Amino acid sequence: MNRIELKVNGKTVSGEVEGRTLLVDFLRQTLRLTGTHVGCDTSQCGACTIHMNGMPVKSCSVLAAEADGAEVTTIEGMANADGSLNTMQQAFQDFHGLQCGFCTPGMVMAATALLRENPKPSEGEIRHYLEGNICRCTGYHNIVKAIQAASGQDVTPVAAE
Amino acid sequence: MPKDGGIGASTKRREDVRFLSGTGQYTDDINLHGQAHAYFLRSDVAHGTINGIDTEAAEAMPGVLKVFTAKDFEGVGGVPCGWQVTDRFGEVMQEPKHPVLAEGRVRHVGDPIAVVVAETLAQARDAAEAIVPDISDLPAVVDLKAALEDGAQKVHEELKSNLCYDWGFVEDNRDAVDEAIRNAHHVTTLELRNNRLIANPMEPRVAVGDYNRANDEHTLYTTSQNPHVIRLLMGAFVLGIPEHKLRVVAPDVGGGFGAKIYHYAEEAFCTFAAKALGRPVKWTSSRSEAFMSDAHGRDHVTKIELALDKDNNFTALRTETYANMGAYLSTFAPSIPTWLHGTLMAGNYKTPLIYVNVKAVFTNTVPVDAYRGAGRPEATYQLERVVDQAARELGVSPIELRRQNFITEFPYATPVAVEYDTGDYHATMDKLLEMTDHAGFEARAAESKKNGKLRGFGLAHYIEACGIAPSNLVGQLGARAGLYESATVRVNATGSISVMTGSHSHGQGHETTFAQVISEMIGIDANQVDIIHGDTGRGPMGMGTYGSRSIAVGGSAMVRAAEKVINKAKKIAAHLMEASEGDIELKDGKFSVAGTDKEVAWGDVTLAAYVPHNYPLEDIEPGLEETAFYDPANFTYPSGAYGCEVEVDPETGKVEIVGFAAADDFGNVINPMIVEGQVHGGLAQGIGQALMENCAYDADGQLISASYMDYAMPRSSDLPMFKVDHSCVTPCTHNPLGVKGCGEAGAIGSPPAVVNAVLDALNRGGHKVAHIDMPTSPARVWAAMNKTPMAAE
Amino acid sequence: MYDFEFERPRSIADAVKALKTEEAIAFSGGQTLMPTMKQRLAMPSKVVSLTAIEEMRGVRQDGSGIWIGGATTHATVARETKDSYPALSSLAARIGDPAVRARGTIGGSVANNDPSACYPAGVLASRGVIVTDRREIPADDFFEGMFMTALEEGEIVTAVKVEVPETAHYAKFIQPASRFPLTAVFVAKYGDGVRVAVTGASESGVFRWTEAEDALSGDWSADAVDGLSAPDGSDMISDLHGTGDYRAHLVKVMTKRAVAAC
Repeated sequence: MNRIELKVNGKTVSGEVEGRTLLVDFLRQTLRLTGTHVGCDTSQCGACTIHMNGMPVKSCSVLAAEADGAEVTTIEGMANADGSLNTMQQAFQDFHGLQCGFCTPGMVMAATALLRENPKPSEGEIRHYLEGNICRCTGYHNIVKAIQAASGQDVTPVAAE
Repeated sequence: MPKDGGIGASTKRREDVRFLSGTGQYTDDINLHGQAHAYFLRSDVAHGTINGIDTEAAEAMPGVLKVFTAKDFEGVGGVPCGWQVTDRFGEVMQEPKHPVLAEGRVRHVGDPIAVVVAETLAQARDAAEAIVPDISDLPAVVDLKAALEDGAQKVHEELKSNLCYDWGFVEDNRDAVDEAIRNAHHVTTLELRNNRLIANPMEPRVAVGDYNRANDEHTLYTTSQNPHVIRLLMGAFVLGIPEHKLRVVAPDVGGGFGAKIYHYAEEAFCTFAAKALGRPVKWTSSRSEAFMSDAHGRDHVTKIELALDKDNNFTALRTETYANMGAYLSTFAPSIPTWLHGTLMAGNYKTPLIYVNVKAVFTNTVPVDAYRGAGRPEATYQLERVVDQAARELGVSPIELRRQNFITEFPYATPVAVEYDTGDYHATMDKLLEMTDHAGFEARAAESKKNGKLRGFGLAHYIEACGIAPSNLVGQLGARAGLYESATVRVNATGSISVMTGSHSHGQGHETTFAQVISEMIGIDANQVDIIHGDTGRGPMGMGTYGSRSIAVGGSAMVRAAEKVINKAKKIAAHLMEASEGDIELKDGKFSVAGTDKEVAWGDVTLAAYVPHNYPLEDIEPGLEETAFYDPANFTYPSGAYGCEVEVDPETGKVEIVGFAAADDFGNVINPMIVEGQVHGGLAQGIGQALMENCAYDADGQLISASYMDYAMPRSSDLPMFKVDHSCVTPCTHNPLGVKGCGEAGAIGSPPAVVNAVLDALNRGGHKVAHIDMPTSPARVWAAMNKTPMAAE
Repeated sequence: MYDFEFERPRSIADAVKALKTEEAIAFSGGQTLMPTMKQRLAMPSKVVSLTAIEEMRGVRQDGSGIWIGGATTHATVARETKDSYPALSSLAARIGDPAVRARGTIGGSVANNDPSACYPAGVLASRGVIVTDRREIPADDFFEGMFMTALEEGEIVTAVKVEVPETAHYAKFIQPASRFPLTAVFVAKYGDGVRVAVTGASESGVFRWTEAEDALSGDWSADAVDGLSAPDGSDMISDLHGTGDYRAHLVKVMTKRAVAAC
């Protein structure tokens, strides 16, 4: 067993983990932060995307022991201080960038990381950046629009195209 | 302008707040006190005899509570099939037993052999490796036509053959169709495969079983599109648990697309094991497991022949289809290639004579059942491909050939037993050509040519039958269930409303749209209305969500229940205002007496219903809660025109979608934003089928597209921005909202539009290619252009 | 996954020591190893993570070439070589997806030598040298076939050195499901010759297409490739996504495109 201590959504947490414990299992099962989802076992779908030390990572492909000392942000840590949806989350709602909601936490985390690197991405840049996040519901159309809107770019409103 | 929050408004979805903040509750987020974990040991061979299963070492492993095999399920029924098809000769289909755990034989890669329940999932999986199954391989049945040859290895020894049924429709038309094709001026023939797909909702399936000894009640939490149906099938047919002792909860569900309609063995297992062990038992599918245990979709091989007269009128249509059932019959499997496929073969055209033959075949593959569209994409694909090919052979415009043969008068009774109530196919075609700037195509094609690319335009028109459907009719067709929907509208004393619907939302946004309808009807704020679904413990018996039926059937049930509520509320209002009931009007949440300034607020009436001091107790009961069951009079018939523009890279065969437009007629629309989102998603899945997705087995029955490393899911960079329109409206004539349903259209109309566009590009580029099977992957397109063998499969 | 001991040493020396345990494996980001372990296709007794070893991280100028620490992530390589070696930066920026690039490392990629990985092509074409805890191995001798390298038991890739060519380009044609290269070609032009390295295509992993190298060394133009016949398709991978002949054809097409893009 390995003892780990890390910061999750600003709070210091610790626990005992097996060598094989995945970071996503530590988040979901030990910390009960079930907003981060698992959609595959080959590191392809991106539903488990979180931020670790400021970078987007797939928490199903990181050992919990590797996160010792890291700063982790999950979807539960994204809202504004008053609990309201932040700009990115709000844009996803405003532009109908989600349907079943399962890939959504990973999408929001990936999209947030994108805007940190590239504050005004083009449609092509957004689509390229989301390469590792699979959505089966939306066809990505409204996700792209939501991210453009969150970055302050003009976007045609929903259902008025 | 529609009222904010009412019918026709693009109201933002209320459910999004929890999904966006990580507080949704999906089944895997549920962890019960004392819960144990199940791991399924699955067959790694496609076909074999089980000589024995040695579980002794596994039982002794750390944390193991019990190892289950088929012998633990001797007193338990098989997983039932919900539809019985009668064949051309009047015989019922062959229906093998589908045991919860494999009995004596394994019949597909993924067939469950044993289950370990242990304290942790890791322990269960560790122990599963210590199980020693003794299995002798049998030859695998994979190819559909070879499966029907004399002497072929049988998937089920107790059956006569691998033929589930040989269905003819309409059998009485058979000779006339043959005659018409023999005498036709021109016949266009295509042989094509509708590729096998895996639904792949992003949330894998999960089941948590629980048992309460105190009251002998079972609870199953499951990823289902229809918890009531699971309760009925599992309770009555598998485990023998009466409904009042069994509650099935489907909380937030992360997409379904058909794959979560069916009752699966894992659900029965967890329910059964929870009682056997006295512990809650949880199973969470991995994605790898989902590939070999979720029902697959499509997988039809078809020969289609279209006969035309000298004026290019369609005179007859004949198809012969081999439909893969997989190793066992999944819940609705027999109905997909028959009643959801044969009945749609008229499409949008007035072809007078149609005959459809379907041979359903057992193979050593995962069971095949409905996937978004279910039968209708297969019908549309064949028809729209053969019409396009006919236009190419005859040298006429594919647009004009379609227009010339369009049905224009409604209601229209097709030769395949359904009656379209409304539609305007020229209108959607006109709209599409405007949206795609069809006039500018040649200039764009010239530009592509300069860049070394081949540009093509393809179109498809579709019709689908949604809102499934009249129970008495589907009963005659073999359904072992009714297909009504239910709703209870519970008005609380202060006027807020809870609606319990039998429809289930797993991405469709019912919590928002259903509330919009109630808000519109009563005139109160939509936030005063909660939509409750997915729990058999809370609402009346319902049939669930599939076949684009929620708003058409479930919404109609809710409207009927709300009408009953309003009628009763008017009686109360009449009493309160000392007026005649016939003079009471309800508008903007207020009851008024016509021609006077008397009015009473909604909340005053609802309060009176529950505090009936000043109340007509002699005429009506207190309370304000009504239930309705709505059984539709007919299917609904959404239709539309889809256009796709592609660029093909002639050096690599890669197809890029450079434009896609969809002009749909969904009848009336409740929330345009959500409707457009549904179309986008359907298009992505249809384009995925046409370009990328392919579930492939090798000759030994091994699944070779067994993960996202080989099964190509459409990613953001594979798709364009879509143009969608639903302004062509011919309201449905037989449901109270005039709605038709929009969930599957995108996946139905898009595959032939894409393939037609690819073929148009190649033929314009001088490559005489009549057909390429889906997916039109780079390797296949390149091979077709260069006439070399396709990829190894 | 099977359970294992986990160690995260801070120095190369400690890592070498940790790897002396029987069935211990080095883990450098794990973007390929994790899925393999999840499928229980690997059963290590101990996993030794190399991600905390400072001396194995970073990108720096090294004479006329570039030194890249073995534990440097794809994201860092993409960022740090943008000016010094744009073609390599572009290769790194197109591996997998952003989350994979944030964890996956160059050392892990070359040590694994997946026949469809991007880095082996870039390193082989860039006259790379693989630096380990005990020696330096030219890329030409390092990549020995599908998932096979010259590494000995317990040997760690501590760095990769590449020579910066006059011009170079990486042309990648993706497999639509995995998004790994179905076939990708890295072309690098040096003053004294051209290198063409191909990944994704061959049954024996990354290889140099010497006919193209010879042709391009004489005539640096896409047309020079036109005259060549594609490599032998029977040596190429044939699967659901394309036959050997298709891959062989793509080798030629991607080589031409890489040259044209230089």
